Amino acid sequence: MPRLLRRVATRLLGSIPVLVIVVVGVFLLLNSAGGDAVDAYLLSIGGGDAQQAEELRIRFGLDQSVTARLALTLAQLARGDLGYSVALNRPIGAVIAERLPNTLWLMGSATALSFALGSALGVLAGRRPGSAADRLLSAGSLFLYSIPNFWLGLVLSVVFAVRLRWLPVSGIETIASGKTGLARAADIAQHLVLPVSALGMIYLALFLRVMRAGMVEAWGQDYTLAARARGVAPWRITLNHAARNALLPLVTMLGLQAASMLGGSVVIESVFGIPGFGRLAQEAVAGRDGPLLMGVILVSALMVVAANLLVDLAYGALDPRVGGPR
Amino acid sequence: MLPSVSRRTLLGTAAALLASTALPRLARAAEGGRLVVAADSEPRQLNPAIVASNGVFFIASKVVEPLAEASYEGDGLRPLLATAWEGSDDGRTITFTLREGVTWHDGTPFTSADVAFSAMEVWKPLQNIGRSLFADLEAVDTPDDHTAVFRFSKPTPLQLIANALPVVSSVLPKHLYEGTDIAANPANGALVGTGPFTWGEYRPGEYYLLKRNPAYWNAGEPHLEEIVFRVLPDRAAAASSLEAGEIQLAAFSAVPLADLARIAGVPGLEVVTKGYEALTYQLVVEINHRNEYLRNLKVRQAIAHAIDKRYVLDAIFLGYAEEATGPVPKNAPAFYTGDVTTYGFDVEKAKALLDEAGFPAGPDGVRFRLNLLPAPYFNETRQFGDYLRQALAAIGIDATIVANDSAGHQKAVYTDHAFDLAIAPTVFRGDPAISTTILVRSGIPAGVPFSNQGGYVSPALDALVDEALVTLDPAKRVELYDEFQRLVTADLPLINVADWSFTSVASDKVENIATNPRWAVSNWADVGLEE
Repeated sequence: MPRLLRRVATRLLGSIPVLVIVVVGVFLLLNSAGGDAVDAYLLSIGGGDAQQAEELRIRFGLDQSVTARLALTLAQLARGDLGYSVALNRPIGAVIAERLPNTLWLMGSATALSFALGSALGVLAGRRPGSAADRLLSAGSLFLYSIPNFWLGLVLSVVFAVRLRWLPVSGIETIASGKTGLARAADIAQHLVLPVSALGMIYLALFLRVMRAGMVEAWGQDYTLAARARGVAPWRITLNHAARNALLPLVTMLGLQAASMLGGSVVIESVFGIPGFGRLAQEAVAGRDGPLLMGVILVSALMVVAANLLVDLAYGALDPRVGGPR
Repeated sequence: MLPSVSRRTLLGTAAALLASTALPRLARAAEGGRLVVAADSEPRQLNPAIVASNGVFFIASKVVEPLAEASYEGDGLRPLLATAWEGSDDGRTITFTLREGVTWHDGTPFTSADVAFSAMEVWKPLQNIGRSLFADLEAVDTPDDHTAVFRFSKPTPLQLIANALPVVSSVLPKHLYEGTDIAANPANGALVGTGPFTWGEYRPGEYYLLKRNPAYWNAGEPHLEEIVFRVLPDRAAAASSLEAGEIQLAAFSAVPLADLARIAGVPGLEVVTKGYEALTYQLVVEINHRNEYLRNLKVRQAIAHAIDKRYVLDAIFLGYAEEATGPVPKNAPAFYTGDVTTYGFDVEKAKALLDEAGFPAGPDGVRFRLNLLPAPYFNETRQFGDYLRQALAAIGIDATIVANDSAGHQKAVYTDHAFDLAIAPTVFRGDPAISTTILVRSGIPAGVPFSNQGGYVSPALDALVDEALVTLDPAKRVELYDEFQRLVTADLPLINVADWSFTSVASDKVENIATNPRWAVSNWADVGLEE
């Protein structure tokens, strides 16, 4: 156990330089885009005079130099303070605390769905490569993978929410419903069905294909041949020998996909009106709110680091050859 | 302590109310219900006395009321918190008579002190429009609780102030704002006003909830129990939420023009184009007069002739717009004149003008090159950018489109002047002096959005604009603004292409839609929902 803790600690410490580079890079990038938070704000209110713009720049702290603002934000971050959002006029920590759970639910459910269903179908397809089931699943997954997720979201919404009215069109829960406890959880779950499907379907295809490929490869290996020669039951070979080995690259994918799913959720959150992280990032860019964007990126990066750490740990558990002493 | 009320005074007040308001009789809407409305943005500052913008009014006008609202009837204004207003002969004072029996949502009586405080401490120093409109306001006297006398240092036309009332005169409760940092007051996040609805709840990213004000001064209103503004930034989501019956109203063209034909065919939904007459947006080609080609009037005339306005209306606005003849739109009949220089669609004439100007076509057919910055805020401004590029190519001007997001566009055009041509959606706010003359008046510092940043200078036009600002006689003012329209169309500091308003899509259960020309941003006291 202490060895595990030490590994976690070294990983987290090791990620600090990466986080600093990401945060500084994002800040400078946003700063090099034309216009600042005052420009964005004045436009949103339909105009204002030059003196007002100047007063706002002082109020927003934009009269300081880029380096001064960057230093201030970094100092704040080092103290664990995410700072204040000028675009939303609220403390960034509170905003993130409010939005993060929605995105975690969305991403977590979509990942679980695509991983579970994708690997199961992958086993099915890879059980006998070239069979009818394999061809059907492979073609189906290719089709799914080629669909842009915003389009899938819109189609699902038109069919299941607008036409059939089985599920709500958008939002994370029924507005001002006063529901609590289990009723509220059920309400949120109902709202998540469509966005999770739209986001998860695309990755499901990816997991299915990787799983199938791993299975196909495993069938050609000596150990499956040996198992067959020993007279092990076919289902046992499929699950314990072929699938278990094919699962390894899938777990690697899981870590890689965490980042790309965060990107995909920007679109899905917008289509389904979910107040999540992706939309927050978009609002931060549109409002030229450097500190807010830094906060969003920082927390996203931490999420990706955490996901990869989990993947590494899982890897060690799945494959005894990995995760030896160190 | 509550003031004691006898039955007689109650009856008397009711009768007086009925007689004094003399409002158009509206269909009585069903009581009760929750109206769910699509909102596409969440304003950073929701106080309408500080930010006089449509995005803020859309939500805040239900809670905080102005002195008067725009109306289809009579002189175009319906009294709200003020029941009458009168200007002195020298134009230096305007006296407002205020409504009696009005209370703030916290129960405190509304008095002239609130109006004086709002005018002097908020509208004049803080408000985006009031800062210039009330620049000459010296003081507001309050001889009694229901009279507010505005004193100006220069003659100020009553017509201008009256026309601006719906936009600039949202009244704040003095007892909550006095002695605080007004822009950061907590009441800005949970508004307190005199309006038909009280503040309920705001869940960022999700919704705003407003509740019925049982003590509203206009007895019998409002009809709705609740209004929910549902945050739906995605336009497709707004349309499908309407179809699924999750929301009952999408205003400000939240449903894109291209979807309107389909939506209009959905049973139970209707497309409403009325109710935005006082919120006219203008499609304008902004011109940088520092450019060596565009400095030449003949070039500007050629560009005006190259634009097929009919095509723009049909292909970009799908018919939901009107051709513009000049800087004042047709649906501002008090100021509009059609007696101006017009530029018909004529490619040959445009080419001839460019030849005359001394810019012949080169061997590749190109006379000169320009960049073109379409404002990114509306689909229509971006699409018109694509059209204008083609229209200019037809007369030998090679335009390169430069796409920016909102903040980038603001910086490039209005601060850095890094544009040759730009496309702007300017707003006509009921009087040319509010936000129209600023588009051509010289001497405006850099960084001011929707103003003359093209370096255009015309002493004659400047003199005219300044004279109209201090002209008291309404008829004379109108004459001056007629002349203003003639000068602008003759010299083309900018080119007006089309005037457009918005559309609403609503459930046919929503009653009393579009009952005034600023309906979407008015107080909705009369709106109802059929059970």
